[in-house]
Amino acid sequence: MNSVQSQQTRTSQRLLRKRSAINAVAMVLSCAAAVFGLVFLGWILWTTLSKGLVGIDWALFTQSTPPPQESGGLANAFFGSAVMCGLAIVMGAPLGIAAGTWLSEYAGARRIGMVVRFVNDILLSAPSIVLGLFVYTLVVAQMGTGFSAIAGAISLAFIVIPVIVRTTDEMLRLVPAQMREAALSLGVPQWKVIVQVLYRGASAGIVTGILLALARISGETAPLLFTSFGNQYWSTDLASPMASVPVVMNQFTASPYESWHTLAWAGALVLTFFVLVLSLLARAILSRNKVRHD
Amino acid sequence: MTSIPVAPTRLVTQARRDASADRNFRALVVLAAFIVLVSLIGVAFSMLWGGREVLAGQGLGFFFSTEWNPVENRYGALVPIFGTLVTSVIALLIAVPVSFGIAVYLTEAAPVWLRTPIGSAIELLAGIPSIIYGMWGLFVLVPMMTEYVTPWLNDHLGALPVIGELFQGPPIGIGLLTAGFVLSIMVIPFISSVMREVFLTVPVRLKESAYALGATRWEVVWNIVLPCTRSAVIGGVFLGLGRALGETMAVAYVVGNTVRFSASLLEPGTTIAALIANDFAEATDSYRSALLLLGFVLFVVTFFILAIARLMLMRLSRREGVQ
Repeated sequence: MNSVQSQQTRTSQRLLRKRSAINAVAMVLSCAAAVFGLVFLGWILWTTLSKGLVGIDWALFTQSTPPPQESGGLANAFFGSAVMCGLAIVMGAPLGIAAGTWLSEYAGARRIGMVVRFVNDILLSAPSIVLGLFVYTLVVAQMGTGFSAIAGAISLAFIVIPVIVRTTDEMLRLVPAQMREAALSLGVPQWKVIVQVLYRGASAGIVTGILLALARISGETAPLLFTSFGNQYWSTDLASPMASVPVVMNQFTASPYESWHTLAWAGALVLTFFVLVLSLLARAILSRNKVRHD
Repeated sequence: MTSIPVAPTRLVTQARRDASADRNFRALVVLAAFIVLVSLIGVAFSMLWGGREVLAGQGLGFFFSTEWNPVENRYGALVPIFGTLVTSVIALLIAVPVSFGIAVYLTEAAPVWLRTPIGSAIELLAGIPSIIYGMWGLFVLVPMMTEYVTPWLNDHLGALPVIGELFQGPPIGIGLLTAGFVLSIMVIPFISSVMREVFLTVPVRLKESAYALGATRWEVVWNIVLPCTRSAVIGGVFLGLGRALGETMAVAYVVGNTVRFSASLLEPGTTIAALIANDFAEATDSYRSALLLLGFVLFVVTFFILAIARLMLMRLSRREGVQ
């Protein structure tokens, strides 16, 4: 009796040891995976920082893109990026907010609403180069004007729209139903309920969506390659090619010139900084809003 | 009866104005939603329309030919399609286990105070523009591949019988393997944050019951968390695959941009997105048509991958709604 019992104990102890060994291995591996991910992502940030800081000076923001081997800056590219991103937001945000409003307030859980939501989610992660091709055939090839800043802005707007549709839809649905009912029962027409009550309640979320969309498009290169193309000089003409930071970075990186590489990394650093600040800002706005609602 | 009292008239016109404003507002938002719906169809058809010249000229042979000769106007899509698939598969082979590890670490293994900072750091890094991944690949990873990795692979894996051919190649650093690796670094934040989010939806009492029965952390992850979230985890992987297939700038510098079929992963190749990005702006009309048709192929493939991903993710949220 005693020997059977001790044998059972031994077996179960062996099993326990095996299980804890497997567990230990799995936990060490998961920790290693986290370290692996963080090391590479940190490495990329470090490369951007160390190679980019060299090129950060006053000229970067005051002079236009130079010919090879000469000194200069990215002023025309910063200006072009700001113009095109601004236009994209101006075009995309109202459309996105309107479509998100329809999804949340009119379509609800109806089938057609689900279809639009599904299509929007696919547009959200569709390859951006494909949107560039779309705008090329739609605007650049059809209008006969050739590459233009406005075409670049339109292609960026197609990236802005799905981001804003989604956040608007989600944020409006978070507004308590009592707010709608209270306003409607006072006899307020529905459009006024939406514009003056719901938008106000969801404003932080909608602004977050706009900031995230801006962060996303400010680094987009692929859709601009054959819509806004690029311009070596300072240009304010929306109907002609315009420089932008990512496209200039693309051109300079592919070149063999050291001075262009330095400028490309400086642009990369400014871009990364801008994007990270925007995402942090978006998070801060959203979390502050969350606390207030609780 | 000729004069109607003043006050009711004002109310009536007010109501009428409100009603028409409501109708207009509704029409406005319906129009916006319609534009979203139409733009997806527009994207697909504009590229098919742009590619009609090559499609009519070469028919379905376009999809099965490896010849790519813009000078003689002969285009075959097989090499860029092959390159796109191979780089994406390499990316997933690396990114899926690593992302799973990160998600497990962030939900089960890490000390609680570390979870939020590491989680948000990884999510923030998903926002870094893809061109920066490409530049890092070109200036940092390619020299390392040339110096250390390619010779090592040649010596150790290149001699193996079946898979050896995959790892034989010149030490130039650019090629499908490098591109796949850069892609994997890029999609890790996407996949790991989806996995982490879906792991967090598993009811705590299920996990606690398993712990109370003496399960180890790994057993809880493998036998409780993963079965609960399987469809959404697959959805997250497909979302990453959709990203990897269509990614342009992270790949364009390191893939080599050579439209030539090669069995080795160390030889330069190309992907659909990289080929379009490199050649489209300077292409002739018929070459443009071929590239647009390639873009159509890319869009259709990513559409199906992303549709599967969304359906898988929706299944989890629907079940959550029931509970």
